[in-house]
Amino acid sequence: MTLEKLILAAVTLSGSKVPVGANVFVCETKDEMDQVAADLEAILDGIAHKLSNGVYIIVKH
Amino acid sequence: MNEYTFSILFGVTVGTLSRIYMFRTDYRQYPTYPHGMVIHLALGFIAAALGALVVPSIMEEEFTAVTFLTLAASQFREVRNMERKTLNEMDSLELVPRGASYIEGIAVTFEGRNYLVIFISFVSSLAYLSINLWAACIAAFLAFLVAKKYMTGSRLGEIAEVEQATVSFDGAGLYVDNIYIMNIGIPVRQQEILKHGLGFVINPKNFDARSTIGNLGQRQAILHDLAISLGVYRDSGTPALVPLIKRDLDDGRIGIFILPQNKSADLAMKVISQVPTLENAIRMPTETKEKGSGQS
Repeated sequence: MTLEKLILAAVTLSGSKVPVGANVFVCETKDEMDQVAADLEAILDGIAHKLSNGVYIIVKH
Repeated sequence: MNEYTFSILFGVTVGTLSRIYMFRTDYRQYPTYPHGMVIHLALGFIAAALGALVVPSIMEEEFTAVTFLTLAASQFREVRNMERKTLNEMDSLELVPRGASYIEGIAVTFEGRNYLVIFISFVSSLAYLSINLWAACIAAFLAFLVAKKYMTGSRLGEIAEVEQATVSFDGAGLYVDNIYIMNIGIPVRQQEILKHGLGFVINPKNFDARSTIGNLGQRQAILHDLAISLGVYRDSGTPALVPLIKRDLDDGRIGIFILPQNKSADLAMKVISQVPTLENAIRMPTETKEKGSGQS
């Protein structure tokens, strides 16, 4: 079976909404969040998408 | 040497020369040079020989000999399979793939051109044997014109208009004009895209063109040609920088987003207009005939 899309990881600010069911990276600041998302994007060969509630998800397309 | 030797030689020469003319090793770099070329030249020669042999075999009342043409048909179908297989295997290694429809188009072209060669050498050897050498030259020329007409398809510029459009972000959403392309989260990546990105919108000229340019294979072919001509600012493992092409559901316009190495909008618009319209993508919904209207 080939997966068309898969959420590899999620990046969120501490205290805000924490997704369940993926590898979650909790960050302190917005800058840290951007940085972690960029790192994960490069490492996982995915795209960092931003949800309307501010959470980043790294998705493999 | 017999009375057919010169007609066969003439047919084979004309056919092979026309096959050489049909080669267009251009920006696509296909067929590859020199070995891919040699394979197709050899097949073109075989096709020309088959075409030139038909007339003498009929004149000698060797009608069963004509059945070798069926052999030719299966042989050239094999050419199509070979091209399809090779291109499909290579496609996964392209930074911007050709897509299955484009590959099928190329493969069909290779098969079709061999039949055109058979046709040209058949017509010229027929004219040689039934009239004379000069008539054969004229017949070869006319057959060549017919073949030329059938070997070139239409271009995208004929069915649609291309214009440059702005690339912008609304939150995390990337837009070309008002067509949504994708969601890019990281601000640094957004800056990179705004710096290097180019956007274009293709407006279909009529209702038929709307279906044609909406075809996913046609869209991938546009991206591939654009990426080949302008270069592409990406590497493996950077899916956020992949060129994308999306459709406006309301009016069928197509939005193209690409990060080229050569950021020349004029050149890009020329390239898009010159993209071949894929045979497999052409749709003619306005040609639909009502059942029972007396036309089929």
